[in-house]
Amino acid sequence: MGPLDPATDPEFVQLLTPEGERVEHDEYAFAVDEGQDEANVIRGFYRDMVLTRRIDTESTALQRHGELGLWAQLLGQEAAQIGSGRAFRPQDFVFPTYREHGVAYCRGVDPLQLLAMWRGVDQGSWDPNESNFATYTVVIGAQTLHATGYAMGIQADGLVGTGDADRDTAVGVYFGDGASSQGDVSEAMVFAASYNAPVVFLCQNNQWAISAASERQSRVPLYQRSAGFGFPGVRVDGNDVLACYAVTQAALQRAREGNGPTLVEAYTYRMGAHTTTDDPTRYRMSEELERWKLKDPIARVRAYLTRNALAEPSWFDEVELEADALGDRLRAGVKTLADPDPMRIFDDVYVEQTDELATQRDEYAAYRAGFAPASLQEARA
Amino acid sequence: MTKVTLAKALNAGLRKAMEDDPKVLLMGEDVGKLGGVFRVTDGLQKDFGEGRVLDSPLAESGIIGTAVGLAMRGYRPVCEIQFDGFVYPAYDQIVSQVAKLHFRTRGNVRVPMVIRIPYGGGIGAVEHHSESPEAQFAHTPGLKVVTCSNPVDGYWMIQQAIASDDPVIFLEPKRQYHSGKAELDESATPAPLFTSTVARPGTDVTLIAYGPMVKTALAAAEAAATEGRSIEVIDLRTLSPLDLGPVEESVRRTGRAVVTHEAHTNLGMGAEVAARISERCFYSLQSPVLRVGAFDTPYPPSRIEEDYLPDLDRVLDAVDRAFEF
Repeated sequence: MGPLDPATDPEFVQLLTPEGERVEHDEYAFAVDEGQDEANVIRGFYRDMVLTRRIDTESTALQRHGELGLWAQLLGQEAAQIGSGRAFRPQDFVFPTYREHGVAYCRGVDPLQLLAMWRGVDQGSWDPNESNFATYTVVIGAQTLHATGYAMGIQADGLVGTGDADRDTAVGVYFGDGASSQGDVSEAMVFAASYNAPVVFLCQNNQWAISAASERQSRVPLYQRSAGFGFPGVRVDGNDVLACYAVTQAALQRAREGNGPTLVEAYTYRMGAHTTTDDPTRYRMSEELERWKLKDPIARVRAYLTRNALAEPSWFDEVELEADALGDRLRAGVKTLADPDPMRIFDDVYVEQTDELATQRDEYAAYRAGFAPASLQEARA
Repeated sequence: MTKVTLAKALNAGLRKAMEDDPKVLLMGEDVGKLGGVFRVTDGLQKDFGEGRVLDSPLAESGIIGTAVGLAMRGYRPVCEIQFDGFVYPAYDQIVSQVAKLHFRTRGNVRVPMVIRIPYGGGIGAVEHHSESPEAQFAHTPGLKVVTCSNPVDGYWMIQQAIASDDPVIFLEPKRQYHSGKAELDESATPAPLFTSTVARPGTDVTLIAYGPMVKTALAAAEAAATEGRSIEVIDLRTLSPLDLGPVEESVRRTGRAVVTHEAHTNLGMGAEVAARISERCFYSLQSPVLRVGAFDTPYPPSRIEEDYLPDLDRVLDAVDRAFEF
């Protein structure tokens, strides 16, 4: 596979093999916080990943049923999202793309709020100031600058390097291999380095930017890009939740301590389509997908937990039941996401409404009022 | 009271805003030690420190994009784009992010930032240093767009723009920066930001201008007065939202209107103003609303920019045509 093959790259961080074996790494180790039980944390990761996958598969099905207009699939990227997502502290702030459903779940955003956006009911209804999870950004890479600016603000607030674990704050920003080509991403890295901003660039290299292979974006492994900007880069097995957690946690801690940005490249694979309108069979071989299925992020944790007797078969069944219940809730809940009042078009364009827009709103309200109610129209028909 | 240039008035306004609110930050290329290429931020980094006046890397999208993040964090960034023609690398951030974040998040996220852009021509500059991109921003819902035409307005309007919770594109007529002084009374009460004003009363025809063309319009009115024609000059000041109350009131009296700007005529602000006058003052009009703008070409080499830019004679020529109709 050439220069992008992680197998030839000694820097690749892996702590749990696809077969479910724990392995050592020179620099990174999976360590839980004081007072936490390691097996319990890993079981938690497993549960998070299963539920995240269920959000994804259920939402794909809901799109097929016409309940959603579109869905961006994350199948295969559960470890990259849960491993990194669980490494944040409550005070940290996260900027997603539009595919971070697992990270949203970690930040406490109700999956139904994600569905509302993909249904076309709103454009992201969760309050970023409550969840510390920004609204999805659709324009590729734009959020990397927002994250860097936000991190500069944290720095200006004096919340970096205080030594107080509950105060020191970092920002994480997600983007993909495709976005790595965007000028905004490079500019974000320039600014982050220049101001030593407490921001971690979390690139999920899922190998495909719709139909463009990651080789189209870069002739060097993406994590090496950071060297040119003057901060460290790490490539982690993006299908290894333990490694993703360890590497992200270290990078966030480095940022919180005032040591500046890090680029983390989670080397993973988008097993699904780019979105529900995409057809990957037109541009990639099924054999490639089959190869990656053997590296499934969930299966390896299950193998590890089972082999080491850290979870009973009944526990796995309970997680499945919980996922079923989540699926039920999403299927029922999506139908309750009613169309917004059309007059909401005019709301929130500005903090301070303009007279011009208020006039447009009033004129449209009067125009709408000129039509007979729908019930009356039906009666006439 | 002191007499100040537009550049000094803006500097004083920025200083006042920074004193009043510690969350106000200035950022941009060369705004620190150098004080900006036009010296509008002169001395501010020395007095407020590098944490309040940030010399940024040379990347406009980076400046605006990081300002969005700072605004989300509770700051009030005031970004300087060095020249009008350099705003386009930031266009995506301005149009897709700055303008839409509040709407997208249903009001959960505010981006109270000001984007200062020295704009317009007439300074003998090389390419990309003389453009008038205001219509592109006024055409973008979510942004507010204002432009000052004189030192007094510059002083007040920059403070009002910074105090606005909505993002404001703040256009500064660069050829007026150092071109003349005005008495500045810092104890006066300014007009609200998003309002137009009658810059010179008149009775025969309404001449609508903004930014750099207000000075030309006033000179045209002065010249016309010597020939017995009374021109009412209106300084729009706000381009989005438009405040056309004073314009409509004026046109109902005069029955004639000419609108002028440095920007291209086609689909410029003048087109919108003319359309609205037609919609609202149709029965008062005695002639069509005429536009005097730049030609629909790229900005020419500076040695012939005087032919490209509307000037006093072209404005008066349009006024004459309004009477000949």
